[in-house]
Amino acid sequence: MLANFDFSVITSNLPYLFFDGMRFTLGLTAMAAGMGIVLGTLIAMARLSGVPGLKHVAKVYVELMRSLPLVLVIFWFYFLVPYIGAYVTGSPNPIQVGAFPSALITFTLFEAAYFSEIMRAGIQSIPKGQTAAASALGMNYWQSMVNVVLPQAFRNMLPLLLTQTIVLFQDTSLVYVLSLTDFLGAASKVAQRDGRLVEMYLFAAVVYFAVCFTASFLVRRLQARVAIIR
Amino acid sequence: MNYNWNWGIFFEPSPEGTGTYADMLLSGLLWTIVTALCSWVMAFTIGSLIGVMRTLPSKTANAIGTAYVELFRNIPLLVQMFLWYFVLPEVLPQSWGTWLKQLPNAPFYTGVVCLGFFTASRVAEQVRAGIQALPRGQRMAGTAMGFTVAQTYRYVLLPNAYRIILPPLTSEFLNNLKNTSVALTIGLLELTARARSMQEFSFQVFEAFTAATILYVLINLVVITAASFIERSVAVPGQR
Amino acid sequence: MQVRFDRCGLALGLVLGASLLAAPAGAEELTGTLKKVKDSGAITIGYRDSSVPFSYLDGNQKPVGYAMDICYKIADAVKAQLKLDKMEVRLNPVTSATRIPLIANGTIDLECGSTTNNAERQKQATFTNSHFLTATRFVAKKDANLKTFDDLKGKTVVSTSGTTNIKQINEANTERKLGLTILPAKDHAEAFLMVETGRAAAFVMDDVLLASLAASSKTPDAYAISTDPLSKPEPYGIMLRKDDAPFKAVADAATKALYTSPEGKALYDKWFTQPIPPRGINMKLPMSDAMQKQFKNPSDSPDPAAY
Repeated sequence: MLANFDFSVITSNLPYLFFDGMRFTLGLTAMAAGMGIVLGTLIAMARLSGVPGLKHVAKVYVELMRSLPLVLVIFWFYFLVPYIGAYVTGSPNPIQVGAFPSALITFTLFEAAYFSEIMRAGIQSIPKGQTAAASALGMNYWQSMVNVVLPQAFRNMLPLLLTQTIVLFQDTSLVYVLSLTDFLGAASKVAQRDGRLVEMYLFAAVVYFAVCFTASFLVRRLQARVAIIR
Repeated sequence: MNYNWNWGIFFEPSPEGTGTYADMLLSGLLWTIVTALCSWVMAFTIGSLIGVMRTLPSKTANAIGTAYVELFRNIPLLVQMFLWYFVLPEVLPQSWGTWLKQLPNAPFYTGVVCLGFFTASRVAEQVRAGIQALPRGQRMAGTAMGFTVAQTYRYVLLPNAYRIILPPLTSEFLNNLKNTSVALTIGLLELTARARSMQEFSFQVFEAFTAATILYVLINLVVITAASFIERSVAVPGQR
Repeated sequence: MQVRFDRCGLALGLVLGASLLAAPAGAEELTGTLKKVKDSGAITIGYRDSSVPFSYLDGNQKPVGYAMDICYKIADAVKAQLKLDKMEVRLNPVTSATRIPLIANGTIDLECGSTTNNAERQKQATFTNSHFLTATRFVAKKDANLKTFDDLKGKTVVSTSGTTNIKQINEANTERKLGLTILPAKDHAEAFLMVETGRAAAFVMDDVLLASLAASSKTPDAYAISTDPLSKPEPYGIMLRKDDAPFKAVADAATKALYTSPEGKALYDKWFTQPIPPRGINMKLPMSDAMQKQFKNPSDSPDPAAY
């Protein structure tokens, strides 16, 4: 079988695979990770805030997202986001949301639940004495959070946040179910058009492996450095 | 909002003629559970072996274990699903490939095998972490008692390690359960796939997805309750 | 359920009534899709991956096809109607499973592909004048020697999820006790792949799509299409949002003008009797009598008996 392995189908489609496909995947990963970490941090703060209503809403949100499969959540949001948009803007008709923004919203909201769990652990890892010291210096809640707690929590949790981002990078391949052209979507479109499944899927696997393996190797090195400084 | 809610849809007959839409979703739920359980048995067995290998004194065993974990953790599950389903039968000798393709319920077997190997890499990491979290003295005590390596693992290290990693194993079990939905891409009619076909047949998108959501939340609650029950019943009295 | 029927009936009546009265729509108070297009300066077309030759990706992965050409005509008509100097035409991929929710939730304005117009779907969306007629059949490998639906007994078949065809084969499976295992595939290419790789014995779909998939495969001669159809020829239409009479009026007027002019016949010939990209296959499907009748006197009826 490997004797008639056709490399030309890979080389001739490289521009499409990387400029269309990989750009979508990387763009989605980077933006969803950035926004997800911000939102996740806010959710973590809400959960630790001790404010009765807020605390519970945040907890329910995180638990709900964590108990659903991503595929189901992707379907949910692809169909639901325009209605939510209409509700938010007060428009009588569902507003139009393109495929990329819709995927971005989905992944941001979904991953925020996972990022919030990491940040919660990060915030809790900062000794109580530090917040107490911050209040003694006259800082209010936000000042002590922004200046004292979050920078340290973020730094301590950086390896975990990055590892979760690698998971997110892998998860974006699931937009395949919506026929969007991410890296895997591009590979499978070529595979189906040219009847070259073996080549394209193996190539996709190799690329994903190379990216994720390198990234997790770098994260491990970073982890070692962070650990020494601490 | 121009959406027609119709919660009665679950009691209307589905076009498959075998029952109502509710029956359709429940059959999906059943497939989800069966797939999750079968693949978990596989993942737990392989994962334990690999995890143990990574803690053995042997360098070869270590390397094999590490290679396994890196390989299966760094390729997206969906890609692995395609490799098992579309690529494997093509690279096998032709007669094997044909046999594989003509298996009845091929998506189910493929899904189980794929999830089994995938989740095993995650279980392996937990098992390794559990063993490494034990005080070194335990392994030494085993040796001092005259145990072989196998006996040390069987009677000393593993019983303790599994108790420590029960909570992370529970969440891996839940991840595995949720990951069964990825098998819809190869035609497994599990819960998410059923909710989707219900949406296609009845056009009641949000009712179908709401029902699936509730079912997933319920299974999660059941699993978490069961896990805490197991945790309590296997706890070593006086420890922690 | 009863309430819904009534409301839908009323809505349908309104749509039909309004399209008769309001064509061409007045420029005074814009509503619905037309207002949206005017405000945003853009219209979004939903296209398919592999509905050859209606709407599919060519060699450069750009969507092309018979239905796409029709949609560009509709887009031109909308632009003229709104007197816009510039209007952006955005493209969004859809699958059989996502197209109806995406029309309803406003992600796309026109769905251009191979969507069967039937009474059931009229409750969710509306359709402009039909652009093709096709019946449900199946394709299988020639050497498997499968000719009728009864030959499929006990076999694994595949169909595309979200289509009328998968519904029909499910119903036939129960009615005729065929004992089939029916796999849903994401799109036509994936479904055909299941037959090509031997994962399924047959692919149940609209015959025109089966013919094009087989023709564009690596070994066109290895496939045969079943002799008996599972349904009467059913109409394909461009799908639009429901309850949007002014927009439908524009789309109906544009398609009617296209179909009744010589351009309509030329467009049909371009995609069905001449070589098409990416590999220059020829569908060799001259216009049927029913299609000629439809083009002379365009109809948007969901009833197969009307054609």
